[in-house]
Amino acid sequence: MTAPSEPTRAAPTEGSPGMIGKAKDWIDYRMPIFSFMEHELHEYPTPKNLNYWWNFGSLAGIILVIMIATGIVLAMNYTPHIDHAFNSVERIMRDVNYGWLIRYIHMNGASMFFLVVYIHIFRGLYFGSYKPPRELLWWLGIVILLLMMMTAFMGYVLPWGQMSFWGATVITNLFSAIPWVGDAIVTWLWGGFAVDNPTLQRFFSLHYLLPFVIVGVVVLHLWALHVHGSNNPLGIDRKSEKDSIPFHPYYTIKDLYGLGVFLIFYMAIVFFAPNALGEPDNYIPANPLVTPAHIVPEWYLLPFYAILRSITFDIWFIEAKLLGVIAMFASIFILFLLPWLDFSKVRSARFRPIYKQLFWVFLVDCILLGLVGAKAPNDKVFPGIDNFEYVQLGQITTAYYFFHFLILMPLLAKFEPTRPLPESISEPVLGNRAEAGE
Amino acid sequence: MKNIKALLAVSAIALAAGAVTVSSLSAATAPKPKAQDWSFQGLFGTFDRASLQRGFQVYKNVCAGCHGLKHVAYRNLAALGYTEDQVKAFAAEVEVQDGPNDNGEMYARKGKPSDRFKSPFPNEQAARAANNGAYPPDLSVITKARLNGIDYMYALLTTYKEEPPKGMKMPEGMFYNEAFAGQQIAMVPPLAPDAVQYQDGTKATVPQMAKDVTTFLAWAAEPELEERKSMGRAVIIFLVVLTAFLYALKRKIWSDLH
Repeated sequence: MTAPSEPTRAAPTEGSPGMIGKAKDWIDYRMPIFSFMEHELHEYPTPKNLNYWWNFGSLAGIILVIMIATGIVLAMNYTPHIDHAFNSVERIMRDVNYGWLIRYIHMNGASMFFLVVYIHIFRGLYFGSYKPPRELLWWLGIVILLLMMMTAFMGYVLPWGQMSFWGATVITNLFSAIPWVGDAIVTWLWGGFAVDNPTLQRFFSLHYLLPFVIVGVVVLHLWALHVHGSNNPLGIDRKSEKDSIPFHPYYTIKDLYGLGVFLIFYMAIVFFAPNALGEPDNYIPANPLVTPAHIVPEWYLLPFYAILRSITFDIWFIEAKLLGVIAMFASIFILFLLPWLDFSKVRSARFRPIYKQLFWVFLVDCILLGLVGAKAPNDKVFPGIDNFEYVQLGQITTAYYFFHFLILMPLLAKFEPTRPLPESISEPVLGNRAEAGE
Repeated sequence: MKNIKALLAVSAIALAAGAVTVSSLSAATAPKPKAQDWSFQGLFGTFDRASLQRGFQVYKNVCAGCHGLKHVAYRNLAALGYTEDQVKAFAAEVEVQDGPNDNGEMYARKGKPSDRFKSPFPNEQAARAANNGAYPPDLSVITKARLNGIDYMYALLTTYKEEPPKGMKMPEGMFYNEAFAGQQIAMVPPLAPDAVQYQDGTKATVPQMAKDVTTFLAWAAEPELEERKSMGRAVIIFLVVLTAFLYALKRKIWSDLH
């Protein structure tokens, strides 16, 4: 191997044997791509104690590639026109060779992408991966999440079913809540005076563009990651060589094993329950004259939809609708502030006894928000209890969502008695194993 | 700590369960249809060919008068077990408009296997005009377009009642149906005993016809189902074996640590 000990250019005279080795050196001297790969993928020092929750970052990257690959093939067969979109999707399902397979992989891939990314984010919340010096890394991750939401929303519009059309109508209409210029912005977004063919065509164009923007931000995300390396379950910095192992082969094989497990789950859905995560209404062609009984987004956007609908009251001169939109966007943008709202020096929840419990409360709160988003606001939460409707549950869970970030996190950071941190990563690893008799 | 987690999990599940029961009671949505046994369910499910052919007969003789099947082509009927000549004969039963020819004129010709099923009405307006304002939807993906679509179709076809329950007044031209959202449906009860004469001699009871036509419509919506499931079985077996090897390799590679 040509592995130079320094990540800088290896002098060509050091020489690797053989033609291929020489060619590699020749290229590497002019553009150190092999040194770069060696440094960032092979040697890249990684904490030795990462658990399986750390598999989800690379999984997300792999799903992004799957989505782009299947999406490009779908785009070859799809027609972005309101008269043809629905039919062209059915043609893909019936007449394009393995079109059903490609579409089901893409359609369910969106759900898988969000599932994996949400686990990735909650892992970051639990182990304090957003804390110094990883704030920018965290920020870039939130940018990716925002881009994913936009991409998923526009992709969902493309089959031009009932939920596509009405989802697009509801979400674009949100911008009409902006004072003064709201209506003008909505008309501008639509490219007309209703969700219509220009809307579909621009959504298709942007749905093709944004994944590549995501790739760009993922590169920045990885760049930021590789400066200080991964956080770890103990949340303490690596102190000596003993704390680290090279990324390859240890984490490449661990990630591959995780990928195998994940693909079993993903493919089971694709082949045996491909429509289980979708709304049946989207197999009804879009009809601007018939509103579906319940307009709901896909499951991965439900918590935000619940927050949007929870604000049912005006505050002073600000209308409820605008407040709902603000709350919805704030629920994501508040994540940008998290590194400063939670200024506790201890990263990992393992050493934060109170935060450790509040983390689970927060997770349940998010799941409840998702449930509220799926329900009609005036349905009863419990049979027999008349005055407790989903809109109220939504208000409570929305309030708690912000209470968690704005009140609990700073208070905990200041007053929570944390447990003593281990000396180093190696110490507890060896210690625990000794205790367990391994 | 453990207790709190368990408590939270239990309360979340209880809440979800409560929520599900409540929503199924609300009037605006269709009640959950009773689950039936279907030959094409499960990991090894395949369509019962005899049932598919009977179901096609029901569709052709009963449903096709009002409901289209425009995403399915006549050539697809080969999957039901029909010969090429039979498929050609089915296609030739309809007359389709083609053209323009070399003189620039549109002309009528007999259907070919490559044609899609001809819809009974040229457009939605014509369909509504002929059906008292109601729109008989195209059935190509109907079992995917309804919640629990397959059981729902069967329930819809078998739960018409002559008389609505006491106190419920049916508007003119509407029929009482337990499976339909709101229980008032504009579709005339389509199935009566012996509405079709099955070629294979099966007795054409209403439940039998409902079962057959639902099987046919499930096929029309998911013609890839059998190929999908058989490929899925192979893919899952492959992935399980591959993952087992990857796990073994992971253990081996990590064994030199510590």
